[in-house]
Amino acid sequence: MKNVWTAGLALLAAAFAFPAFAQDIELVDVAELSGGGATVGTNFKNGVDLAVEEINAAGGILGHKIVVTHADTQSNPGVARAQVQKALDSDPYVLLGPGYSGSVKVTAPLAAEAGVTQIMGGEAAELTRMGDKFLFRTSFGQQSTMPKVAKYMAEDMKAKNVAIVWVNNDFGRGGRDAIAKEFDKLGVKVAADISTEAGQADFAADVAKVKASNADAAFVYLNEEESARILKEFKRQGVTMPLMGETTLVGQKVIDLAGDAANGARAHVGLTTDAPVDSIRAFRDRFVKKYNYVPDHNGIKGYLAVTMIKAATEKMGKLDSKGVADALHGLTIKAADQPGILMDVTFDENGDIDREGFLVEVENGKQVIKQILPKLH
Amino acid sequence: MSNLFDLVIAGLATGSIYALVAIGFTLLWQTSQTINFAQGEFVMLPAFLMLAVMRAGAPFWLAIIGGGLLSVAILGVAFKKLLVDPMLRHGVLPLAIATMALSVAMKESVKQFFSAEAQPFPSIAPSGSVSIFGSSVSLQSLGVFAFGVAAVIGLNLFLERTSTGRQMQAAAQNPTVARIVGVPVERMIMLTFVINAALVALASLLVTPIYLAKFSSGDTLGQAAFIAAIVGGFNQVRGAIVGGLAIGVLDNLAAAYVSTQYRAAVPLVLLIVIILFRPEGLIGRPEERTV
Repeated sequence: MKNVWTAGLALLAAAFAFPAFAQDIELVDVAELSGGGATVGTNFKNGVDLAVEEINAAGGILGHKIVVTHADTQSNPGVARAQVQKALDSDPYVLLGPGYSGSVKVTAPLAAEAGVTQIMGGEAAELTRMGDKFLFRTSFGQQSTMPKVAKYMAEDMKAKNVAIVWVNNDFGRGGRDAIAKEFDKLGVKVAADISTEAGQADFAADVAKVKASNADAAFVYLNEEESARILKEFKRQGVTMPLMGETTLVGQKVIDLAGDAANGARAHVGLTTDAPVDSIRAFRDRFVKKYNYVPDHNGIKGYLAVTMIKAATEKMGKLDSKGVADALHGLTIKAADQPGILMDVTFDENGDIDREGFLVEVENGKQVIKQILPKLH
Repeated sequence: MSNLFDLVIAGLATGSIYALVAIGFTLLWQTSQTINFAQGEFVMLPAFLMLAVMRAGAPFWLAIIGGGLLSVAILGVAFKKLLVDPMLRHGVLPLAIATMALSVAMKESVKQFFSAEAQPFPSIAPSGSVSIFGSSVSLQSLGVFAFGVAAVIGLNLFLERTSTGRQMQAAAQNPTVARIVGVPVERMIMLTFVINAALVALASLLVTPIYLAKFSSGDTLGQAAFIAAIVGGFNQVRGAIVGGLAIGVLDNLAAAYVSTQYRAAVPLVLLIVIILFRPEGLIGRPEERTV
């Protein structure tokens, strides 16, 4: 009789234990799926979905299938915070997104408090300077990119007077402050300092102010849709001065929206599907096949975020939500070992990344790589 | 000085679009006491209808015609028959609230069918620029201004010089007397809805290449045109024109010389000043009501 009870208990334990072997890895992606950042969030989401599909098709992570749910921030930090709180209540393995720095800023403390790793798309310099040990970037922060942009404008463009046009949110303000500091170091004068609003439709007055400043070049640091609108306005008003940006200004979506007005725009780009890297070109082909459009850098960010989770989990050798952040700190992921990471990348103790970058110019509606900037370390 | 000239020209171009939309506000108010809070979305939708026709394989010119006709059918005839007529008998306020609901429904529907992302839209105005008084002025700005002004002049001539136009004015001023003298008032009211739909379709065609096609693009336009209609005079088509151009220029000058952050506040300040000191608008008529 005792043996029957023992066998029964063993069967019961096995029945409850069985689902643990098939336990899914649950991710929540909180992204800008509508509102001003819809381009950002939609690309990020599609990148995430593509990576999840490919990893699951190859057997998942340590044999576990990934399941991802998406939530919309409506490009609003308040909504983003509510969505992240809701996501954390479901105890996700890792939190993905948001893409807007302002939304990351208000959601990161929630994820850190819950001890959940957050892999996001924000680029504002301050995000990884808040002492948050659970926050990771998928692209360069402004503190890494702006010195390169300022140096290029001063030395290659020979600009002595520069107009800065920036969007008045955390992303734009961070970029404006970072590049103004670099211009100051290089002796470049800021001829006009023009703030614009997120979602702004009409840039006639802003471009007229740039024209009136008689600057040698303009540094334009806006979100995607606004970048397209201002490029069209620069063309409408016949402005011929060189236009320089950082990633967004020459994004694929911006080129699609601005048409030939995007030609001639230059930017430092951390991630581009036009990079002369075989793995990125193959990613681009797979993305286009699935979604029927060419992704911008946000599509790559979403794709990389899921690969980062795979690399960290495989390094740990077990599913450990609380250990993902520790596994990522100081980790170098090589594309040879994890093809989904596309290019070799190293994460530092702040969650910042070190990777190759590119100097890009738009020619005939296409991004053309002019220089490859090597990893710093 | 050339900077000021650039700003005024660009402001007039934007203002002419505000005027087209504001005229719709005044026309609908005068003929049927309809305040259409979905007027901004009425400007957003035709661009998407034209894009839909283009996606079906039609060239741009055919898309303009097809999208324009669809706009007139949906935003003119269907809007009046399905929303205004049933709601108006319950009063002006329920109708105004219904148009607010319509505004939300239109935005969400477009978001659902066309995605939340902005989309490019071709321009009917040529690219490039010309030099005027030493300042480089974009042909697109001039084109938008020219189209806007031509539409307004054409509408004014229609209202003042044709029998139908005068019948429309009679129906707006006193529908009871107009009916007695044989004016088909109902048909005239329907005509104003059709004209409003045609005007917003034209505004959509002119502004979307600049603002891009996006489900939320009507927000700013609707608010600016509403303010323009009140500033100019809600009961005068001429008032809507003056109001539209004034708001367009003021908005640009405020962005350049005050601050971008406060540019949206400047027209609102003007609105408050007008309501306090000249409630009939810049060139509107005082209306008296008795009980």
